Amino acid sequence: MRLTFEWMEWTVPTAIFCGTIILTVLAMSVWQTLAPSLERRGFLPIPTTPGDRLFIGILSSVYIFFAWIGLTHFALWILLIIVLCWIFVVMIWG
Amino acid sequence: MEKWPNNKAWFLVLPAFVIVIFSAIIPLMTVINYSVQDIFGPGQAVFVGTEWFREMLGDYRLHDALWRQFLFSGLVLLIEMPLGILIALAMPKKGWGVPVCLVTIALPLLIPWNTIGTIWIIFTRPDIGLFGAGMNNLLGIPFDHTDNWLDAWITVMLMEVWHWTPLVALLGYAGLRAIPEVYYQAARIDGASAWATFLYIQLPKMRGVLTIAFLLRFMDSFLIYAEPFVLTGGGPGNSTTFLSIYLVKIALLQFDLGPGGAFSLIYFVIVLLFSFIFYQALQRVGKGEKV
Repeated sequence: MRLTFEWMEWTVPTAIFCGTIILTVLAMSVWQTLAPSLERRGFLPIPTTPGDRLFIGILSSVYIFFAWIGLTHFALWILLIIVLCWIFVVMIWG
Repeated sequence: MEKWPNNKAWFLVLPAFVIVIFSAIIPLMTVINYSVQDIFGPGQAVFVGTEWFREMLGDYRLHDALWRQFLFSGLVLLIEMPLGILIALAMPKKGWGVPVCLVTIALPLLIPWNTIGTIWIIFTRPDIGLFGAGMNNLLGIPFDHTDNWLDAWITVMLMEVWHWTPLVALLGYAGLRAIPEVYYQAARIDGASAWATFLYIQLPKMRGVLTIAFLLRFMDSFLIYAEPFVLTGGGPGNSTTFLSIYLVKIALLQFDLGPGGAFSLIYFVIVLLFSFIFYQALQRVGKGEKV
């Protein structure tokens, strides 16, 4: 039996998407190992670690994406900029 | 927060992590891939971008299934939590009644989910079922869960309550048994009523286990598939078509992998959000309770 992954039907956009998330998580892991961070409180209602903030940022971005797709017909690259800014804001001040 | 000097023990998680890669992460990435393509067969896929997401987010049947799902989970929690607490309070505290009660109450939890659906089909059949025939012939109330949407909901709710209230009862009972006797003695000295004892001693002390019960019941009822699928198949009409039943219909019966993938991701993200919120609530309860 030959192990192939053709059934996964990879496309370039989804590969970039998944790759970015995996690389971010890996980079965060390395960063946390080298310089462990503490929980702190930002504008979010709960105390969070950087990992929590990344999770919250990505999860809320998915909801922003759904709202964008479901309610509007604006171009997707505008959404990408908004979402990246949002994740950045959550990571720094959340 | 203390920092551990040595974190090498984390490598012991690696085997579990490898299994998770194959059981969860690779399938999840595949679903992401499918959700942006129109797939006709192996190697025959057309990239469609966000079209399936647009279609699924605007699909009124998905909206209906979602509200139905929230209604179902809400009803489940509203009925099962108080009922489970009542049963826990009513259970004997010592003697031969304890094992008898525990085993009897735990029985529904041991039955496979498909079997439970089948049991309730037979139990509620209007012609031969004890419940269905009893309602129709003895009480004279027309009852047919294959024909009337209200009867179908009543049947599904009865089945769900019968199946899962024992879990709440058992957890609540464990919480009750963990309360030291001195609290009750103090309550008796103060002349507290049974209601005051419940409100100010038993309920606060059960908060931890009840939160876990709440989380488990919400998630399980939100992801429910086998029992209603076997019992009603989502009908009559679409009246008991919950999210998972509709998803399986799209992805496996109609074999629309693209819309199915988009639907799966929407479903997944909803579940993820609620899990996260409840997990945070659970953490806070754990921190607030200093016993």
